[in-house]
Amino acid sequence: MANLTINGKPFNIDVEPDTPLLWAIRENIGLTGTKYGCGIAQCGACTVHIDGVATRSCGVAVSEAIGKQITTIEGLASNGALHKVQQAWINHDVPQCGYCQSGMIMAVAALLKEKPKPTDQDIDEAITNICRCGTFQQVREAIHAVANA
Amino acid sequence: MNHMPRLNRRAFVIGGAALGSGLALGLDIPFGGPTVVRAADGSPEVTAWVVIRPDDTVVIRIARSEMGQGSLTGLAQLVAEELECDWTKVTTEYPTPGQSVARKRAWGDFSTGGSRGIRASTDYVRKGGATARTMLIQAAANDWKVPASECTAANSVITHTPSGKTTTYGKVAEAAAKLEPPADIKLKDPKDWKLIGKGVKRLDTVDKTTGKMQYGVDVKLPGMLNAAIKQCPVFGGKVKSYDEAKIAGMKGVKKVVKVGEEAVAVVADTWWHAKTAVEALPIVWDEGENAKVSSASIAKWLEEGFDPSQHTYIGNENGDVKAAIAGAAKKVEAVYSYPYQNHATMEPMNATALYTADRCEVWCGTQNGEAAFAATVEASGLSSDKCDVHKQMLGGGFGRRGQTDYVRQAVLIAKQMPGTPIKLLWSREEDMQHGNYHPVTQCKMIGAFDANNNLTAFHMRISGQSILFSLRPEALVNGKDPVTFQGLNPNGETAFGYTIPNLLIEHSMRNPHVPPGFWRGVNVNQNAIYVECFMDELAHSAGQDPLEFRRKLMSKNPKNLAVLNAVAERIGWDKPAPQGVYRGLAHFMGFNSYVAGAAEISVSDGNKIKVLRIVGATDPGYAVNPAQIDRQVAGSFVYGLSGLFYGGCTVKDGRIEQANFDTYDSMRIATMPKVESIIMPSGGFWGGVGEPTICVAAPAVLNAYFAATGKRIRSVPLRDQNITFA
Repeated sequence: MANLTINGKPFNIDVEPDTPLLWAIRENIGLTGTKYGCGIAQCGACTVHIDGVATRSCGVAVSEAIGKQITTIEGLASNGALHKVQQAWINHDVPQCGYCQSGMIMAVAALLKEKPKPTDQDIDEAITNICRCGTFQQVREAIHAVANA
Repeated sequence: MNHMPRLNRRAFVIGGAALGSGLALGLDIPFGGPTVVRAADGSPEVTAWVVIRPDDTVVIRIARSEMGQGSLTGLAQLVAEELECDWTKVTTEYPTPGQSVARKRAWGDFSTGGSRGIRASTDYVRKGGATARTMLIQAAANDWKVPASECTAANSVITHTPSGKTTTYGKVAEAAAKLEPPADIKLKDPKDWKLIGKGVKRLDTVDKTTGKMQYGVDVKLPGMLNAAIKQCPVFGGKVKSYDEAKIAGMKGVKKVVKVGEEAVAVVADTWWHAKTAVEALPIVWDEGENAKVSSASIAKWLEEGFDPSQHTYIGNENGDVKAAIAGAAKKVEAVYSYPYQNHATMEPMNATALYTADRCEVWCGTQNGEAAFAATVEASGLSSDKCDVHKQMLGGGFGRRGQTDYVRQAVLIAKQMPGTPIKLLWSREEDMQHGNYHPVTQCKMIGAFDANNNLTAFHMRISGQSILFSLRPEALVNGKDPVTFQGLNPNGETAFGYTIPNLLIEHSMRNPHVPPGFWRGVNVNQNAIYVECFMDELAHSAGQDPLEFRRKLMSKNPKNLAVLNAVAERIGWDKPAPQGVYRGLAHFMGFNSYVAGAAEISVSDGNKIKVLRIVGATDPGYAVNPAQIDRQVAGSFVYGLSGLFYGGCTVKDGRIEQANFDTYDSMRIATMPKVESIIMPSGGFWGGVGEPTICVAAPAVLNAYFAATGKRIRSVPLRDQNITFA
């Protein structure tokens, strides 16, 4: 059993402590916005915030996440209003297939919290998620749009 | 894809089944008619493509699959253009393949590949919209007892011009749905289009930003269990035995099942439990005769295809290439090669199946709903009226999800647990090692010049794998695979862009055991590298500018020339590049579109490439949604350049060596060049946009690399030649 706090809510789930957080979120909690892409923390599709830090949840054991504040894509909007990154994604028509975008948006939201006006180099260093559709040009454009809003 | 019959083998299966099941279900009238066909919520269908709700919401049916390429939005634009409806009230839905079959394929072809999603649907979906508009106007005219010719429609409002009376589509839809559809429908002249050609926003974005969008992997059904699979690592091998007792006590495990001859699956409460257990399961494989095959043995076999004694299929020929080469003042020769590449969709293969004795349903992402349906019918052993497929959003397709291996497997597992929904998800490793790979080829080319450095002959001999041989043998033409010659054909939608007095393009077919597939761009990827890099070699050998050299050979190919000129002008070809920046060009034709690319790169330490900028030009005839075309062009460059730099799947002991993104990498934002897309629709034809432009990125970059270093790169990926992104 493990007690997790996800999107501000407590969950008590029956899960082995070494289960990757990704699978606890998807299968035990039932929040499927966080995606499985590689399982080895290479692609970033499973990115969530743990205590505000963008983290690839496939590489974190449930036991390491106990007692921490976990935010998934479903918890990014607050009081019914989309997060500014989500809104920018809509304004700039960023997603193609969209599968990697939960992780991309979570990574970008964490970057902008740390650096509200990132340079291109900041973006290159912080955003290392794989997008096979190749939305990077719109991703960069949308990040700058948020920063300059 | 080129010269493809409209129906594939599976579609024929469905075609045969359609009549029977249509009668059995007692459904009829795909287009209106006296009996109203209703959508699930009871709203009337005006035509098969258009449902209108009383609140004026317009539901447009989409048969092709959306996998990120934007066809869903583009197809809706085509229908809405003719329907004259309020675009802000448009929503979409997928009919199921089972419904389509039951209605004599009311929605036509579901297959979504070969950049055909829009271009092969344009006439009948526009007709579906125009027919509905005519019926809606007629219904209003009947109500007002005025001639329909006095009424017009715009923005979902019908107006009787003489009296000024108005009504809305939602108010007359019920009456319109009862009318006989008109026989003759005239489509708008392209000059009158208002919505086609407009870069409207995609219709499916919001849920992709909130985590709400449901992909196949997200399907949840009551009582559902999860399956993880292990397939024989050597293609064509079989399961010999497995020791189920070893994992019997593992948490959550419900059942261990054999899947066909080639795989074993563990079914458990969660996928994580299933995956953990299947990895602990001892399996003995009968790897078969392919276990000795390696990349080196395949390469050697392909090289043998260059031997003149070996049989070839001829794709394009004029003049007498052999005589011209024999009598040439100078000849240039080179051999290029292109590797296996995995699609690596972000969402690994998966499907959910629920089987009972008299019903089998599947939920999955698929590029071809009808093929998935046929696979369900076949694997379940049930008749087609007892099966259906519910399409989910695809987490990437790129050609991989045109295949149905994962659908068949899900059904075969579910069949062993009747009444329990089973979600089968492949691990990334299974996905990487059991793909339908970009086919492997090599290409030997010889160019011959006369004494004045005019190119007199071009001989191109491809040796390697055919996709159709493996996937659609019925589409071979006397043994020849026409798709191999994409971009090299004498004419048609993938024609060769040069006129050369003596030309021979031939294919020595060699089919290794590694299964090939349609990989975004298909055979234009390597054919464009072969032709366009070699043209660059020929230009340099002749001491001529690569642009001018090409132009001289393109006087009979004005559309090819127009896109090439467009990128040359935009990149500034006639002016020197900035210090340390080098340029390369390429052009090609594929999927009925004319494309060209120009790249600017810098190179450090001789082997680190920074791709600074790529200009891509596309002439797709008509451009339905320029904003989405821009995204397809930029996105396809990411896919194509990922293939160029990283995309090699090597074979050892009969299996693919790469297993995940750590050994099969993909571009990130840091390596993304600035992409400038020029859309230059010349009208009069419909070309694809999801794939054609992909093929110019790699040769443009390789030609720029030569300009920078003087080194010719003739094999892909650059990873294997110690060349990386800077």
